[in-house]
Amino acid sequence: MTSVDSAPAPATQPVPRLIEQFEHGLDAPICLTWELTYACNLACVHCLSSSGKRDPRELTTQQCKDIIDELERMQVFYVNIGGGEPTVRSDFWELVDYATAHHVGVKFSTNGVRITPEVAARLAASDYVDVQISLDGATAEVNDAVRGAGSFAMAIKALENLAEAGFKDAKISVVVTRTNVDQLDDFAELAARYGATLRITRLRPSGRGADVWDELHPTAEQQVQLYDWLVAKGDGVLTGDSFFHLSGLGEPGALAGLNLCGAGRVVCLIDPVGDVYACPFAIHDRFLAGNILSDNDSGPGFANVWKNAPLFRELREPQSAGACSSCGHYDSCRGGCMAAKFFTGLPMDGPDPECVEGYGAPALARERVKPRSSVDHSRSQPVMLKLSTSRLRSDVAAKAAPVRLCNESPV
Amino acid sequence: MRGLLTVTSSAAEVASFDPDLSWRLHPKVAVRPEPFGALLYHFGTRKLSFLKNRTIVEVVKSLADHPDARSACRAAGIDDAQQAPYMHALRVLAQSKMLVLQ
Repeated sequence: MTSVDSAPAPATQPVPRLIEQFEHGLDAPICLTWELTYACNLACVHCLSSSGKRDPRELTTQQCKDIIDELERMQVFYVNIGGGEPTVRSDFWELVDYATAHHVGVKFSTNGVRITPEVAARLAASDYVDVQISLDGATAEVNDAVRGAGSFAMAIKALENLAEAGFKDAKISVVVTRTNVDQLDDFAELAARYGATLRITRLRPSGRGADVWDELHPTAEQQVQLYDWLVAKGDGVLTGDSFFHLSGLGEPGALAGLNLCGAGRVVCLIDPVGDVYACPFAIHDRFLAGNILSDNDSGPGFANVWKNAPLFRELREPQSAGACSSCGHYDSCRGGCMAAKFFTGLPMDGPDPECVEGYGAPALARERVKPRSSVDHSRSQPVMLKLSTSRLRSDVAAKAAPVRLCNESPV
Repeated sequence: MRGLLTVTSSAAEVASFDPDLSWRLHPKVAVRPEPFGALLYHFGTRKLSFLKNRTIVEVVKSLADHPDARSACRAAGIDDAQQAPYMHALRVLAQSKMLVLQ
């Protein structure tokens, strides 16, 4: 959500804050990310889902359509489709058409590989499809170091094709890193050139991102620089409420958005094999709520997982502030991002690794075990065996889950 | 965030909202009931709004059945002295094209 208006409440009828209502969860997610495939033509160093190779268990066309039917019944108004590279699925456009015909709008993320002039023309003709082109540098040099050789040119070509076809308001989606944080103005210019909207999000140590986070995440000085840029120039820039961990840097409300994180409450992820995770940055057994196809504790189907999965019920309970409870900024950051803490090996009830008070730095300096996900579809390397982290996992499970799970709210 | 609704447009401009005219939900707007009230989603503008109590939901859903917005409010049990926040909410919804004249 980029901006929020609210009407004053009648004095006789106080209305709880929306964020408090959201903390108990909604009847259906507002923001559902659906990764259609683990296959990808690129091998970005920070890939959240460690994508590369297709998984042989990926959902069939019919299984995907069944899920869309269920989303329509639940009134999930739109899905954020990603991957892998979703457009490499041979039934991708069929599924997009099926979803939009069933009142489930589609916003999909792509590196641009299939956005030909013909596809762009087709997209321009639809009211219900939104396109997000990933770009992690405003120059080929910076971008390709992260996303791979030729990926900048491919994304720019896609943006050109969309603009030429008359597609309105594509999104340019940037993960802010140590190497591109100085290019924020350049990204904004690039977006303006193609009639697009800039969207910037936080680098998470999830998936392969865990391997590069230490070197790529913005420094403390850069976090301030990013915050100042957002406050000064962030109007019209989408953030998916990504940077709520920075809100303690200034006045409450200076950052646009609800600054609400809602994993398992308003947000979740469906992965290519039908596993449902609490949020798109949490592909790990610890945050696996269930599978849509299998009849687990909560019953079959997405609605059952969403409503009844024990993990989601736990996440909708009141949470404790833990080590952050005495901090004056707790109300604004709520201890930061669950996934960022988990995958950097920090305690779940302590500060975010990028805590603006600097409490993350000493925590990172201490000895820590970084939990690895068993889900890895990277090419040119064996699939990771499940690491035995039972001690760590039971530690984690023993603690209350954090109040804020990182949210990619598009609203 | 204390109010009857939250919308995602900036809606800074003052659009004309006449409570003495007859309004209805835009045909591309869907209403999803929630424990706190409802979500509105406009498939055309792709904007989401939150109706933050059940009375405003009832008002919004019944607008089309009434000759004007004020009588929709009265029918939902909001007497004229209490209508100001509801009128404000309806105005914001009209600004974000969730409501249209009928």
